[in-house]
Amino acid sequence: MASSTKRIPTQHIIGYVLSIVLTLVAAWVALKSNLPTLWIIVGILLLAVIQAGIQLIMFMHMVEFESNNGHIPWNMMFHGFVAAAIVVAGSLFTMVYGF
Amino acid sequence: MSTQEAKHTPLEYQTTHGQMNILGFWIFLAAEVVLFSTLFATYAVLFGRTADSPLPSELFGAEIVLIMTFLLLTSSFTCGIAIHNMRQGQVKPLIIWMVITLLLGLGFLGFEIYEFMHYTHEGATLQSSAFWSSFYVLAGTHGLHVTLGIGWATLLIIQIVKRGLTPVTSQKVFIISLYWHFLDVIWIFIFTAVYLIGMVV
Amino acid sequence: MKLSEFFVTGEPLIYAGMVAIVLVTCAIVFLLTYFKRWGWLWREWLTTVDHKKIGIMYILSALAMLFRGGVDALMMRVQLAFPDLNFLNSQHYNEIFTTHGTVMIIFMAMPFLIGLMNIVVPLQIGARDFAFPYVNALSFWSFFFGALLFNISFVIGGSPDAGWTSYTPLAGAALSPGPGQNFYLLGLQLSGIGTLATGINLMVTILKMRAPGMKLFQMPIFTWSTLVTCFIIIFAFPILTVALALMTIDRIFGAQFFTLTGEGMPMLWANLFWMWGHPEVYIVILPAFGIFSEIIATFANKRLFGYKAMVWSMILIAGLSFLVWVHHFFTMGAGAFVNSVFSVSTMLIAVPTGVKIFNWLGTLYKSKIQFTTPMLWSLAFIPSFVIGGVTGVMLGMAAADYQFHNSYFLIAHFHYVLIAGTVFACFAGLEYWYPKMFGHKLNQKLGKLSFWLFVIGFHITFFPQYFLGLDGMPRRLFDTAPEWFTLNFISTIGAFGMGAGFALFVLNIYYSYKTSPREKTGDSWDGRTLEWATPTPIPHYNFATQPTVKELDAFHDMKKRGETTYDESKLKPIHMPNYSGQPFIMMGLLFFSSFALVFEWIILSAVFLVAVLVMMGIHSFDYDDGYHVEVEDIKRTERQLRGLNDEHTGS
Repeated sequence: MASSTKRIPTQHIIGYVLSIVLTLVAAWVALKSNLPTLWIIVGILLLAVIQAGIQLIMFMHMVEFESNNGHIPWNMMFHGFVAAAIVVAGSLFTMVYGF
Repeated sequence: MSTQEAKHTPLEYQTTHGQMNILGFWIFLAAEVVLFSTLFATYAVLFGRTADSPLPSELFGAEIVLIMTFLLLTSSFTCGIAIHNMRQGQVKPLIIWMVITLLLGLGFLGFEIYEFMHYTHEGATLQSSAFWSSFYVLAGTHGLHVTLGIGWATLLIIQIVKRGLTPVTSQKVFIISLYWHFLDVIWIFIFTAVYLIGMVV
Repeated sequence: MKLSEFFVTGEPLIYAGMVAIVLVTCAIVFLLTYFKRWGWLWREWLTTVDHKKIGIMYILSALAMLFRGGVDALMMRVQLAFPDLNFLNSQHYNEIFTTHGTVMIIFMAMPFLIGLMNIVVPLQIGARDFAFPYVNALSFWSFFFGALLFNISFVIGGSPDAGWTSYTPLAGAALSPGPGQNFYLLGLQLSGIGTLATGINLMVTILKMRAPGMKLFQMPIFTWSTLVTCFIIIFAFPILTVALALMTIDRIFGAQFFTLTGEGMPMLWANLFWMWGHPEVYIVILPAFGIFSEIIATFANKRLFGYKAMVWSMILIAGLSFLVWVHHFFTMGAGAFVNSVFSVSTMLIAVPTGVKIFNWLGTLYKSKIQFTTPMLWSLAFIPSFVIGGVTGVMLGMAAADYQFHNSYFLIAHFHYVLIAGTVFACFAGLEYWYPKMFGHKLNQKLGKLSFWLFVIGFHITFFPQYFLGLDGMPRRLFDTAPEWFTLNFISTIGAFGMGAGFALFVLNIYYSYKTSPREKTGDSWDGRTLEWATPTPIPHYNFATQPTVKELDAFHDMKKRGETTYDESKLKPIHMPNYSGQPFIMMGLLFFSSFALVFEWIILSAVFLVAVLVMMGIHSFDYDDGYHVEVEDIKRTERQLRGLNDEHTGS
């Protein structure tokens, strides 16, 4: 990745600023806005997913092909998150909302 | 691999062993995603089951959680800078940024311990209700990971001081950086799903 | 704590067990001392990181566990043979069905298959060891000590008695006080660490260490099944880790996850348990499918029919396995919609499984079958497993499940899939790869006799149980009623047939060691895949020169072209890892930590845990690079094994 040879870690700085902004937006949406609760929950969870993506790609170099590991890292992380969604949504579906 | 290419390939990827360790760690992180998701699922299912203990909205405070979030976000950033320096072959900045990272991590832990003590004092303990059990175990597992990460990174800093940057040490440092960023990813979800939603609902 | 509380007292059968344990331990210690084998044991086995040796240790432990679980089963069948028989009391019966289930699934089926994977997978892909040999040793010892912890419960502290599923609130601190249930939780936790580590290890091995040229869709089918299994392990085992941890925290630290107080939710345990538990079923069945596929292709002398369809159906099964868990508790009462969703997803799994059945039949079609013992097991598997699968679909229909649930119909179903699937595969796989492991085949005559005893015994045992279930006999019943007598009695006779089959199998190991002719070529069955390309016994570095793979069934292809995996001109020094005693000691310490936690001696447990962490820290500073096997040594070994000695003296 180009950034590894540059003097100034642009990518990291952009990632950091974005994380801070997204955190503040999420906090504002949750605490100060007057949106309906369901919208707030869906909205801030979406923001969290975006922020997680920023960490994974900009900080963790998940798609770095010099690693010689090809598509495996992001592929496994993707399936991990799919499994996570199944576990959380599935538990809620069967144990809370399914009755 | 020609020497020309080798120059551009980061040290940690230069040996097959390094590549495999990093790949194995990615797979481990995928397993960790599922581990935490199970804790999140438990928390979500048990949400609202507070019995006679205080409600989360009565105890969660926005300021302390935001401070903890910024501490951890910043530590993730400084850890990224440390890796950036490592890839340029600069040992000293690498160590300095890693130490800053760990100090921020310690700060985070301090706040978390304070927070737990505060809640316990208010009558929300691990034993008081299903909801609080799941809260403490979810946040506590993350805190435990941070603690282990600090211990592990300290050992690696000593190794860097002793041995300098080699394919082996840089691969180890790269892996701890993955771990550290990953803890931030988990925290983002704890911040959102536990604290923000807990304050809204 | 008094000594009489520490040891289990008052049960004659358990006293007999204690005496047996003491005698066997004394015998082992005596033999090791008499033949001065302690050093050999430590240097060659306890410290090994060689995947072949670790695999053998896995299989030996699994066979011991099969014996233990089998004895449990026979005791249950004796108790159920006649109504009102007081061979076992109700408490003892509860303990025995609990340990039978747990031992068979966690400490027999999985380690047996992992043992075969350990030995075979690196050989099949042309690798020299696992990606992380040190971690592989850690995994084995974590399984071994986990199994040890679980098994000592029957003489120290008392066995768990809440069933292998350990449903709360029964398994919680309020209704199951004492150490029994803690043994279950910590024994599984300890061995679970190893399973997860093996999953990661094998996945990296398969993805990164294949022989040059071998594409994913040129991998032998057993390796494919291992890869898919690893995928399931990686995403399912963390769920078990958490579920066990939550119950441990409940029981020892007073949390309220699954309790009846503090608004805890007992059924949440069932939910988490089966979210792991259903994928677990496929963790033990997919490798079995892989083994049967290898054996059927070898002895039908044909390329596996529909190889790609086989692989894709395994991937599909793996995906679906995460979407069906609720069918284990349809009767919880989670609304019609929830049950319908999981009913449909359950029945969907029958589709890829059916594809596999037809592919095996397709491979056999118009082929010249060699009826060797491994092949007999594989042929017996197909119809038996279909019976188990079809009754599974019956159970998968939520409305009907309200009738079948927790009856002997269910017992018959899962024994039909797990024994006909997994256990047959373990026997078949062991007999098939036995010459590769030990340098001689198992005797075919005795093998076939044990096969027939076991298979006929199996059907006599479990087929009547379908009807017992339909007649309303519930599972986990320690005392039967007279109207179920006939079928129960038949079932018990069958169980002893299976026992005799197993005994004969073990006897055959000894008999074959004494009498079987030794392997000379390394290619015992005219095999198709790379493990048969190595000489027997396999040199510790596996392949002197790495073969280049051009197509599926690489060795078959090489034989046609007259190539071997030994090219003297291409020899280079081989890098190998050093043996290490750390995994054994580290996991031993973790065993003591878990043992202390079982009795809720928290400080002692923490002390041992800190010792483990310190050892991990020390290991972090260990920059052991292993060593190189020199070209001259490789030449000497290979020439001797390949019978090229003359050339050697000539040169």
